[in-house]
This record gives sequence, structure tokens and C-alpha cells, in this order.
Amino acid sequence: MSEAVKQSGGGTVEYIQHHLTNLCAGDCDPVTHQATSFWAWHLDTLFFSVALAVLIIAFSIRLGRNLSADAPGPLQNFVESILEFVAGQVKDTFPGHNPLIAPLALTIFVWVWLMNFMDLIPVDLLPLLAGFVGIHYLKAVPTTDLNTTFAMSFTVFAMIIYYNIKVKGPVGYLKMFLFHPFGKFLVPVNVVMSLIEEIAKPLSLGLRLFGNLFAGELVFLLIALIGGTMAVGWAAAFWLPLQVILDLGWLIFHLLVITLQAFIFMVLTIVYLGMAHTSDH
Amino acid sequence: MNITVSLFGQVLAFVLLIWFVNRVLWGPLSAMMAERQKRIADGLAAADKGRHELELAEKRAKEVLKDTKAQAAEILAQAEKRASEIAEEGKANARIEGERLLKAARAEIDQEANRAKEHLRGQVALLATAGAGKILRREVDARAHADLMKDLIAQI
Repeated sequence: MSEAVKQSGGGTVEYIQHHLTNLCAGDCDPVTHQATSFWAWHLDTLFFSVALAVLIIAFSIRLGRNLSADAPGPLQNFVESILEFVAGQVKDTFPGHNPLIAPLALTIFVWVWLMNFMDLIPVDLLPLLAGFVGIHYLKAVPTTDLNTTFAMSFTVFAMIIYYNIKVKGPVGYLKMFLFHPFGKFLVPVNVVMSLIEEIAKPLSLGLRLFGNLFAGELVFLLIALIGGTMAVGWAAAFWLPLQVILDLGWLIFHLLVITLQAFIFMVLTIVYLGMAHTSDH
Repeated sequence: MNITVSLFGQVLAFVLLIWFVNRVLWGPLSAMMAERQKRIADGLAAADKGRHELELAEKRAKEVLKDTKAQAAEILAQAEKRASEIAEEGKANARIEGERLLKAARAEIDQEANRAKEHLRGQVALLATAGAGKILRREVDARAHADLMKDLIAQI
């Protein structure tokens, strides 16, 4: 971490800011390296999320090649248990039948968990390695980028709207906005309430995941700063063990958080799509 | 932290990943699991059926055994009956044969006795003629006195 501090010119604020800056391409500010317009690509976010997606696909293909119904290996057992867990959640919370929901939920759970897991890799390791090949900005956790979380939540939102219209019909969907919470005498209030309710779904879904992971990343950075800035001379004998202990504690706690966040994202997706599939509102 | 065009890149990646997961992970694995479930259910049903058939077969075997035992007992009884019949028959045959032999023996004895009597009678006649000859001191002409002799033998 001391390298990173030196690279950013020292200073706690700069260290943290540097770590929270994406690798930007396109319309980017040359000094702060922040996106200045919509047309900017966050290359690190795209790279890590796609790399993890490719990992999932490659793993699945490899697993699918030696699938055994009679004598499943330990790996297949593990994947089967995840599959059954997700299928159980879908069965419990999703009314009716839609063959797309279970693969969608599985994708969200596995992908979000893997992207969250990037948070557990030591915060300075990947930026340090990237520094060796000339990349000086790297934010390794895709879910600490709003683009990733909103990409998923808005995709889910699009599906919510699609299935609402498909199941309830355009008129039924409109009726839900007009008459939903308070009946037909408070139509303006109903419209406002329903709109807020619907828009809150993707926003809360995306912001919850982003907030949790962003905060987690920040805490990791702060813990890393203990050893990075305060461990000078003999003081290191005190600060370095403290950093290790705090880091380990937060790591273990965060392992819980990343799993929980992936689970919440998955379950809420199932619940929202389940609500879209019921026509009695 | 800004919303940029990366959002659409991520949407594309997400949608593609859903498609891939459905294609290579969820699809094959859940199909395999469903098939395994079906096979287990089939196997259990087959085991149940097998147990049922075993019960039936045991019952049938018992019935067959019972029938066979009954048949064997019947055959045994018949054989005993037949044996005693044969024994009775043998006894009867033996009695008849014995009686027949006895009768034959008696007849032979009678015959022998008669023959002995005849012989004795002849001898007595000879003795009588010889005695008469001695008394008359002369030869009795057998031919001349054949009638007399015959009469005499008949009298003895």
C-alpha cells in the first residue's frame, strides 16, 4: 500500500480518491480521470464483470461436459446444491411458472457474488499489479460502480414492465397505476404513489448493492491506511498487527455481507417479477 | 461514480450471461436432475412392484407345495391300499393252491390205497387158490376155474 500512496503523491484523501477512480476511456477528464460526459467507458468495471461472466460460462461448460446423474463429483454436488437453493427460492416466492425466472435468479446470485468477492482481494494488490503494466487507475470491484448495479436493476425493471403488460394487459397495468392503493376516488394520489413504488424498485435494488459494496470497499481502504500511513519506525510494531486483525475481522464480516447482498438482489428480483405476474392488484 | 455508457455495456453483458447460464448451466443441470428424480421414482416403484410380485410368488409356491403334499399323501394311501390288496390276493391264491395240492395229495393217497387193496386182493386170491390147491392136493386149473377164481377175488 505504501507504493500506492507514493504513486498518488501521498495523503489519505488522495489515496482513497485514487482507489475509487475507474479506469476511464472516452470522454474523461485528463486531470481527475473522471468521466466528463455520458460517453465514457469504465474499462475496469467492464473487464472484471465480463471476465467473471466468462469464468462462469467456462466453468459451466466444463461442468456440463462430465455431468453424471449416478455418481456426481464434489464439484457437481456443490453446484447442484446452489441450483437447488435458487430453485427453492423461486418455488417459494414466485407464483405460477416462468422458465426464465430460475436461470435469471441463478445468474444474479452467482454473478453478483463473484463480483462482490473481488472486494475481498486485498485492495492494493490488483492496482499494484496493474501499475506494473502501465495502468494507473483500477477499481477492481464491478459492483462498486453504479453502472453495474443499475445495469442489472434496470434490466430487471424492464422485465417487470414487460411481464406486467404481458400478464395484466396494457389496460390492466394502467388500471394498477390509477386505482391501486386507495381505490377510484383518489386517482391522482394513486398515480403518484404507484409511480414512486415502481421507480423505487430498480433504484433501491441498484443503490442497495452499490452502497453496501462501496462502503465495504471504503472500510477496507481505511483499514489499509492504518498500516500505510501510521506505521513509521517503531510505531509499526503496534499499527501493523492492528491492521491485520481489523482487516481479518472486516474480511470475515464482509464475506457474510457479499453473500447476503447477492441473495437479497436475487430474492427481490424474484419477488418483483412475481408481483408483475399476479394480476389481482 | 457517474452513469456512463458503461451501463449499456453492463446490460448487454448481463443479458448475454443470463442467456448463457440458461443454456450451459441451468438447462443441462436441471434436466439431468429432473431425469435423476424420475429415475429414482421409477426405481422405487419398480422395487415396490418387485416386492409385491415376490409376495404373490411366495403365496403361489405355498399353494403348490400344499397341493403337492396332498397329492403325495393320496398316492401313498393308494399305494398302501394296493399293497394290502395284493397281499390279500396272494393269501387267497396261496390258500386255493394249498387246497388244490391237498386235494391232489388225498386223491393220490386214495389211489395208492386202492391199488394196494387190489394188489392185496390179488395176493389173497393167489394165496387162497394155493391154499385150496394144497387142500385138494392138486393143481387148480386156473383156466378151468377162472369163473370161480374171479368170484372169489370179488368176494375178498
